Amino acid sequence: MSTTVSELKAKGVPFVNNEPSKVTYLNHENTVASWLLTLDHKRIGVMYLISMTFMFLLGGIFAGIIRAELITPKGDMLSSDFYNKTFTAHGVIMVFFVLIPAVPASLGNFIMPLMLGAKDVAFPRLNLMSWYLYVIGAVFTLLAMLLGGVDTGWTFYTPLSSTYSNGNVMVVAAGLFILGFSSILTGLNFIVTIHRMRAPGLTWFRLPLFVWALYATSIIQLLGTPVIAITLSLLGLERVLGVGIFDPRLGGDPILFQHLFWFYSHPAVYIMILPPLGVASELVTTFSRKPIFGYQMIAGSSLAIAIFSFIVWAHHMFTSGISPYAAMFFSLLTFSVAIPSGIKVFTWLGTMWRGSIVNDSPMWFAYGFIGLFTIGGLTGLFLSTLGTDIHLHDTYFVVAHFHYVMVGGAIVGLMGGLHFWWPKMFGRMYNEPLAKLSAFFVFAGFNLTFFPQFLLGYLGMPRRYHEYPAEMQVMNVFSTAGALVLGLGYIMPMIYLTYAAFWGPKASKNPWGATTLDWTATDSPPTPHNFEGQPVVTEEPYHYKSTENKEHALAH
Amino acid sequence: MHTDTKVTGHSGQVQAGGHDVGHGHASDLAHHFENHYQQHEAGNLGMWMFLSTEVLFFGGMFGAYTVYRYKFEKVFEQASNILDPLLGGINTIILLFSSVTMALAVRSAQQGKGKAIVGWMAATIIFGLAFLGVKAFEWKHDFAIHVFPTKDFCWSYAREMHKTHQHPEYKPNAPAKFYEEDAKNPESKQGKLFFFLYFTMTGLHGLHMIIGFGIMAVIMVYAWNGYYTKNYFVPVESVGLYWHFVDLVWIFLYPLLYLLGAHLASH
Repeated sequence: MSTTVSELKAKGVPFVNNEPSKVTYLNHENTVASWLLTLDHKRIGVMYLISMTFMFLLGGIFAGIIRAELITPKGDMLSSDFYNKTFTAHGVIMVFFVLIPAVPASLGNFIMPLMLGAKDVAFPRLNLMSWYLYVIGAVFTLLAMLLGGVDTGWTFYTPLSSTYSNGNVMVVAAGLFILGFSSILTGLNFIVTIHRMRAPGLTWFRLPLFVWALYATSIIQLLGTPVIAITLSLLGLERVLGVGIFDPRLGGDPILFQHLFWFYSHPAVYIMILPPLGVASELVTTFSRKPIFGYQMIAGSSLAIAIFSFIVWAHHMFTSGISPYAAMFFSLLTFSVAIPSGIKVFTWLGTMWRGSIVNDSPMWFAYGFIGLFTIGGLTGLFLSTLGTDIHLHDTYFVVAHFHYVMVGGAIVGLMGGLHFWWPKMFGRMYNEPLAKLSAFFVFAGFNLTFFPQFLLGYLGMPRRYHEYPAEMQVMNVFSTAGALVLGLGYIMPMIYLTYAAFWGPKASKNPWGATTLDWTATDSPPTPHNFEGQPVVTEEPYHYKSTENKEHALAH
Repeated sequence: MHTDTKVTGHSGQVQAGGHDVGHGHASDLAHHFENHYQQHEAGNLGMWMFLSTEVLFFGGMFGAYTVYRYKFEKVFEQASNILDPLLGGINTIILLFSSVTMALAVRSAQQGKGKAIVGWMAATIIFGLAFLGVKAFEWKHDFAIHVFPTKDFCWSYAREMHKTHQHPEYKPNAPAKFYEEDAKNPESKQGKLFFFLYFTMTGLHGLHMIIGFGIMAVIMVYAWNGYYTKNYFVPVESVGLYWHFVDLVWIFLYPLLYLLGAHLASH
């Protein structure tokens, strides 16, 4: 019982907008300065998207080098030192410059004010400043890589980073310190915007679920990021002054660094995954043509995940020598994260159940997202179990697990969101068959890359080594082959989406028939100040009536 | 699949006569806000959110302090005893007065008295400078007895100077015999950790004060020129919140750093 865009087109449903071009946020000013000095949340969102895509390409190249090295068991392509620097560069770029800002800073910036019926975020200047801080942070980090790179891994564990590693650690730490403020400002801006800028009638329980997800994310950004800032500062001071705050020889405690680091970096994982969870909620309800199942449970589960995220950090340290009682406590709490995560997956399935599912390409990404996120989440339970974690810690099982969550979850969710909102952002449609092909390549390539790594990790292949026993080669070759397919799945949308943004057929205001303000009250692309007047909200967000809606669509 | 605007519901209606840019706005209302109340509340909430970030920023250090205070209780008390609780106490009182003048500056802003804002902020800055002056005096002594946590840090020299109530002039290094004594005594490293935390925490606190001076200077210029009105004074209120926060950090630093070992005999 599904209908595709092409079928609707064949039935004469007007999908393409033939109206003469209007003044939009894209064409009302065209100078370079009008972009670089813009205070418009939409343009800032687009600039974030461009700069992040650049960083994603860089991080992807480093990933490619890693996979190329691992085709053979011997470390024959790179020296072990260069390999260390390569995976550090991959990790730092992908975690801090891609995954953390991925959805909130690009799609969130663009869409969230539209969903609220607001003209802009609460603090447009801070918004622009946060983009500049992102760029400056990126310049510092890339500078460190050009100066010879850093070999500590993205975790910067002491005493390796404080005592033994080269001075570039300081440059990267400075870059991440600056970048942290970019993240804090985005979170601050979003919280205030959601509290204070909602349209009349848009009560908390009428907010689209994407907004709820961004709200939960912003809380983490606000409360977590300053801790990594002070941790990196202490690390820097330790290096400069020669004090051993994390150095056991000088009375310090390296475990303290791990505590402080993970107090931010575990919640940071939820900064990455919460916004795509919100995107998935939007996609599932829109393309199932059905009000979302369990709205309040989904909204509440986003907040619950944000809260839990702060009290589970030590599950990264089960083998670091923390007290066994603390380990049991953190293990139990970690298990409890499965509850809100499970709520989300089941509510999506409940939404699709007996919906009138439309299999357009964003929905394909949503399917991929749900599947990969589920595998990623469930394998997390293996790692939160104290006994199995001792076997699996620091193996490829961990690598596979967090890639399933961060890449299978966050990046696939981002791609789904981009395909969903692209017509809104640029007012033009992309090539639908290519988009479906890309969704397929990403899903297939991803599983081929990372599923074998679960098996490798279970067999005991440790992470962060450039060589491995010969009997593990088959799985590694699968993994590298999968990376090629995955890479193709990423490159394709970069090309056809960019093409579509300039030359695609014009999209109508609401090509998916969605019900939230970003679709119903603004043009595609939106005008510079978003709305003609002040929109007023009178209903719940997802008021689809499946049968009626289908008739409605066909009647046109 | 719609191309029209007939979709109703979540969005449906559009209110006529909403604000467009450049129409019907007071000069002190940014274009994206509907009214002064919304603008004020947004600015206010933003500042509170920023302060919550600051709490966590300092919180990382308070966490580190707690860990080492627990591990090295005895040495932390001895190290704390080297600091002068009287000077710290005077500074506490000075800062509390600066908070009073800051509160009066915000009050003046609420009443729309621009010139009074300038006066009270100037008073706040003077109190702040007095605080930093006392701090500089303390730090000068701290450097002279070699408790600044670099290579020439010397725990036993500092203890000796403190016990005998000496105030030596600064020399690049303490006498060699004290360094030899330090090398034999593992407590010297723990003392160094205390002073690392002391200098980092008070240093970061002082840095926040200096940043506060900068913001106040800008606001004073605007206030003098009548930029703030009864409807728009969020920046004044925000810097007020910021200043009270910085003050509050000191209220925690003072007992943790100065009073921790004040009861010990050598004082």
